[in-house]
Amino acid sequence: MAKPSDLDVRYVAKLARLNLTDAETELFQKQLADVLKYAQKLREVDVGHMEAAAHGVPIFNVFREDEPRDWLTAAQALDNAPHQANGLFIVTKVVE
Amino acid sequence: MTSKDLPALTIADLQSLLRLREVSAREVIDALRERIEDVDREVNAYLSVDFDAAAQEAETANVDLPLGGVPIAIKDIINIAGQPCTCASKILSGYRAPYDATVIRNLRAAGAIPCGRTNMDEFAMGSSTENSGLKLTRNPWDLSRVPGGSSGGSAAAVAANEAFGALGTETGGSIRQPAALSGVVGLKPTYGRVSRFGVVAFASSLDQVGPLTKTVRDSALIMNAIAGHDPQETTSLNQAVPDYTARLGRDLRGVRIGVAKEYMIPGTDPQVKSAVDSAVKHMNSLGAEIIDVSLPHTDYAVAVYYILATAEASANLARFDGVRYGYRTENPKDLLDHYSRTRGEGFGQEVKRRIILGTYVLSSGYYDAYYLRAQKVRELIRQDFAKAFEKVDALVSPTSPVPAFKFGERTANPLQMYLADIFTSPANLAGICGISVPCGFAKLNGHRLPVGLQMLGKALDEARILQIAHAYEQSTDWHKAHSPISTSWQNA
Repeated sequence: MAKPSDLDVRYVAKLARLNLTDAETELFQKQLADVLKYAQKLREVDVGHMEAAAHGVPIFNVFREDEPRDWLTAAQALDNAPHQANGLFIVTKVVE
Repeated sequence: MTSKDLPALTIADLQSLLRLREVSAREVIDALRERIEDVDREVNAYLSVDFDAAAQEAETANVDLPLGGVPIAIKDIINIAGQPCTCASKILSGYRAPYDATVIRNLRAAGAIPCGRTNMDEFAMGSSTENSGLKLTRNPWDLSRVPGGSSGGSAAAVAANEAFGALGTETGGSIRQPAALSGVVGLKPTYGRVSRFGVVAFASSLDQVGPLTKTVRDSALIMNAIAGHDPQETTSLNQAVPDYTARLGRDLRGVRIGVAKEYMIPGTDPQVKSAVDSAVKHMNSLGAEIIDVSLPHTDYAVAVYYILATAEASANLARFDGVRYGYRTENPKDLLDHYSRTRGEGFGQEVKRRIILGTYVLSSGYYDAYYLRAQKVRELIRQDFAKAFEKVDALVSPTSPVPAFKFGERTANPLQMYLADIFTSPANLAGICGISVPCGFAKLNGHRLPVGLQMLGKALDEARILQIAHAYEQSTDWHKAHSPISTSWQNA
């Protein structure tokens, strides 16, 4: 298991697309190092023979008929958008 | 009985009056409105209540339906068409739900009236409701203390007689723990028993919706309405729903109650321990057999929980990017800046902390060491319960190691706050059901603070833990105790 000190909050915040203030970065660096140090106790457990459990209930591959049904109209789907026009979500320009 | 007495009624008692036409559904909404306007300035359980919409629904309520005319408060994480659903987060400010969650549709089909949106920890992340980005909810038993969390608004509303019953959600104990700290009944159903369609996702392998109520019977009544298969959700269990009230009234003779030695945890408050020990003795005196069991991987549950829950949250909360709904930053220089600043400005501190942890444990090089290993330990925890339930019908423990704490007392140290989930989070990891019922009080500085008794049952055994909880409840007076804010008002 990796060392808790490997955590670089500034780098992970970039991966998470999440701006942090300097104060938050410093605070989380310390607090999450404590949490990860605590999580080191999982190293004690012998899991060599274990399958990973995605959740507590054994259900796999749930299918339904692929049939059209009523759902939100485009106007309803756009209704909460901070910025919309011509039936589209408007975002910051991504191409020059 | 005057209209002022109505809000103190249980759902079962309210229904009797409604069906006898001694009171109308409209009068119930009006009485509830008066009550909320009277005390919610102090308790702050609600973020918003659309009384006009509720009154309108009451006019056409069919009181002969299972929950006909009964108002139910809804945690602000569950979508109701046309109403806000902010998850107590600034990032969802201005959002209005375009559709009803399945649980809301089910409640309406049973005749209930969704009424009021309750406060919570932002995105259900927390154990005190202090992480709400909008307001602080106070514990009706002592206004200087937290109501628990994350469904703290739902618990406080029921405890202060500002709601007949409420829906909450939990991922690691967010129904049971605030129920315990606020002195009400909270049920976490089996994973897959209640649909999450239309409920904002925190950690999808753990989340469940469940009721917070004044009594065990009321909990069963709400479960009858909300449980069942939903084709819109892949994890929904396609299994018959029993009548959850059918076993209520059976006694405890022959019931096997398990006590796990791993749940004797040194940090448990002595008054909590004493109340729970007395409850176990009492159940024994009522005919239950008490059996020692072992859940050897208990000590790892909190670590597993915080790795898996934050990992899943970091993925689920990626959708809050300021494009399709909610808050958006101003004048970003490019799209990356738009995402990062929208999220940095919109999320509160606990949510950010968990997104960072979750992103880290899923990141390249660390996935196997943290996430994959935690999933494997999770399976060992699930197997511990499976073995225990070969010998017992229910496992009992405290719900929370401590009673309600003061505002700010635990916020400085997140790890300490996380460790208090030790009794509740294993049930979410294993996907089993659990309930918290009042079992006494801790006395602190002249205040009585409720203590909760947790009973866990195997998957889909809600009817049995409701039966056991009901038999215990009915043989005690704990559920008849009212928070000071309820009694002061009743005497006024």
